[in-house]
Amino acid sequence: MAGLTGRRVVGPSPHIKEGTTCTSIMLWVVAALAPSALWAVVTMGWVAAQLLIVCIVVSLATEYGANLLARRPQTLTDGSALVTGLLLAMSLPPRTPWWVAAAAAIIAIGLAKQLFGGLGHNLFNPALVGRAFVAVSWAGVLAAAPNRGWFQTLPDVTAEGLDTISGATRLAVAAADRAASGAYGFDLAAEYQPLLWKNLEGSLGEISAALLIAGGLLLIVKGIIDWRIPAGYIGTMAIVSLLFGADPVFHVLAGGVMLGAFYMATDYVSSPMSKSGRLAYGIGCGLFNAVGRFVGAMPESTTFAILFMNGLAPLIDRMSRPRTFGWVKRDA
Amino acid sequence: MARRVFRGGVHPPEHKDATAGSAIQWAPVPSQLVVPMSQHLGAPCQPLVEKGDRVERGQVIGSVDAMVSAPVHSPVSGTVTAVAKTLTPGGTSSVAVVIEPDETQDRESFVTVPEAEDRDRVRAAGIVGMGGATFPSVVKLTPPKGMAVDTVIVNGCECEPFLTCDHRVMLEQPERVVAGAAHIKRIVGAARVVIAVESNKPDAAEALRQAAGDTAEVVVLPTRYPQGAEKQLIYALLSKEVPHGKLPAATGALVHNVATAVAIADALEHGKPLTERVVTVTGAVARPGNYRVLIGTSVADLIEHAGGLVGDVERVIAGGPMTGQALGSLDVPVTKGTSGIVALAAGVAAPAVSDDQPCIRCGRCPEGCPMGLEPYAIANHAYRRQWDAAAERHATDCIECGVCSYVCPTGRPLVQLIRLAKAAAMSKGGN
Ligand code: SF4
Ligand code: SF4
Repeated sequence: MAGLTGRRVVGPSPHIKEGTTCTSIMLWVVAALAPSALWAVVTMGWVAAQLLIVCIVVSLATEYGANLLARRPQTLTDGSALVTGLLLAMSLPPRTPWWVAAAAAIIAIGLAKQLFGGLGHNLFNPALVGRAFVAVSWAGVLAAAPNRGWFQTLPDVTAEGLDTISGATRLAVAAADRAASGAYGFDLAAEYQPLLWKNLEGSLGEISAALLIAGGLLLIVKGIIDWRIPAGYIGTMAIVSLLFGADPVFHVLAGGVMLGAFYMATDYVSSPMSKSGRLAYGIGCGLFNAVGRFVGAMPESTTFAILFMNGLAPLIDRMSRPRTFGWVKRDA
Repeated sequence: MARRVFRGGVHPPEHKDATAGSAIQWAPVPSQLVVPMSQHLGAPCQPLVEKGDRVERGQVIGSVDAMVSAPVHSPVSGTVTAVAKTLTPGGTSSVAVVIEPDETQDRESFVTVPEAEDRDRVRAAGIVGMGGATFPSVVKLTPPKGMAVDTVIVNGCECEPFLTCDHRVMLEQPERVVAGAAHIKRIVGAARVVIAVESNKPDAAEALRQAAGDTAEVVVLPTRYPQGAEKQLIYALLSKEVPHGKLPAATGALVHNVATAVAIADALEHGKPLTERVVTVTGAVARPGNYRVLIGTSVADLIEHAGGLVGDVERVIAGGPMTGQALGSLDVPVTKGTSGIVALAAGVAAPAVSDDQPCIRCGRCPEGCPMGLEPYAIANHAYRRQWDAAAERHATDCIECGVCSYVCPTGRPLVQLIRLAKAAAMSKGGN
């Protein structure tokens, strides 16, 4: 018949498809994080590059190997393992020993993702599980890292130590001061600039809050992530800071809040799906993060706040189901 | 009138520019017409003619005594060469009357539908919903006892991408649309008429306004798929939700497509049976356009008239790309419900779906579903054959608009799986 090709498909409707694919979504996340990652390499040098490479390569290799073992089709091209590797690296301090980073990547992909059944089936955000694993197992290693010569390579680091995703040093100092005297020993507002642009005290994802925010806004504009999660998260964090008499700007810029709010908590698989659910979830993340920071003085409050809310996501989904059109109310 | 925006929906690329400006032209009389006995929802007709019979244009060639059905008329004068099975665009098989048209055709004269009470005449004219639903119009004009129709809604949304046949009808025959609306209003005793047009057709809205004067209200709605779906349209215009399990008439509204309104006016004023319709032939064809086509013309003939397929065509769709049927063969006839023939080139057509893709819980399908369902969840249940669980998630409320499959980034066959769940629920007698 005229002009017909052998490739003609008799598929079911709809016969057209929006162009967004899993891979394109993941690549947008990578693109949004790329400036932050590059800036980390520029400011911190080879140590940062090494961390990024180790986390990404080991994540991809673990994904490949796990699929082989489970006899599942290979999934490297969906981009999710790449994002996990990148996020994991961004959540670790640059001097993390390579073998710790590698172990974290194996745990993230092998345990938190593939053991649950692969992409879409994991309850918890894989990168955060990897991060938490390091924090729990090697807290000493991480804390000790600066004492092994880290400062020589970074002359403009002024404070004393590399901390964790939520426990940047300035944060620790601020907390200690507050506990001791009820006031801050230094001018918090003077810290805004370094926190926004060049803070070398924490993880790769704490260097520049400004770049992370820019990437996060890009993802919101592109419709990749829902603004409700970072807005709920950061907004709650700021409000609770105020309630505790703390500087809200300092507290949302310091620590891992920006990385957590824009990139970790917004992970599709481990967050709720409805709009209202996402707002509630974002608020929950901010609340637990703040409570951990102000009440418990817990160093890993960002990581554990989000992981905790990951665990609540199915419940939030159940409680925020949409009402079917034409039904008076949902008969849940 | 309170206006609302229906929940969810999408705005796919419209692709309407190729044909929105092409005036309706007659497609030629083909060398052979294959007229199916089943072109409507409901009981198929029995053929009333045999091989060798002469038929006149407008003569009834198939009918059946059933409430939900629509008789079939000969679109030409000619000779019956066969009564045989044919494939329909819907992919099902139907008995059809095959007619060889006479050399010369008089397009103005036809056997008229006998004078009768309005509803009977609409029934005898074989009119069905021409937006694609093909539900016999007379049934809709006969609301169940106790349900008063207050508002007649004439649906000129044409929210499916690519299609412009309704647009051209509204632009070129606005007075016929208005006349049809007035007939419907009179038949059902409604208080008012609202004609709904999407915002991407301002010229059509203006033409209708001119034609309607103060006999009907022309409302421009946002361009958003599926604006033209019955329940979404009623909600947008009247802020009323069709209750689960109820007819749209429960809201006091009655929705008819613009082409159907014209057919009703033609039947009541001129005794004209439904034997032709306007079809948008577009996409990867050489001469896209809007053609007035005799029912029974083969899709292959129509595409040839439009200059043939161009390039690497992956799917040919009868109807619009969101809800239409992909044709396995082009040797199928145009029927009363064929609003368009859309040839989708590789790259425009959706890639093949595979049902083992994971749900990444992105939230796009529940956000897009105009019925407020959670397509991913129903599909998950259907995939595992958990039919009861799927029904509990209101699978049967799905209107099969295709939005969920359209947006799913991992390309899951959501509508397909939900159709299975619906079928399972229906066969259990639930609703
Ligand atoms: S579930 Fe049904 S109504 Fe909802 S988007 Fe999918 S096809 Fe449309
Ligand atoms: S659109 Fe696809 S991936 Fe997203 S929630 Fe729905 S089924 Fe899952």
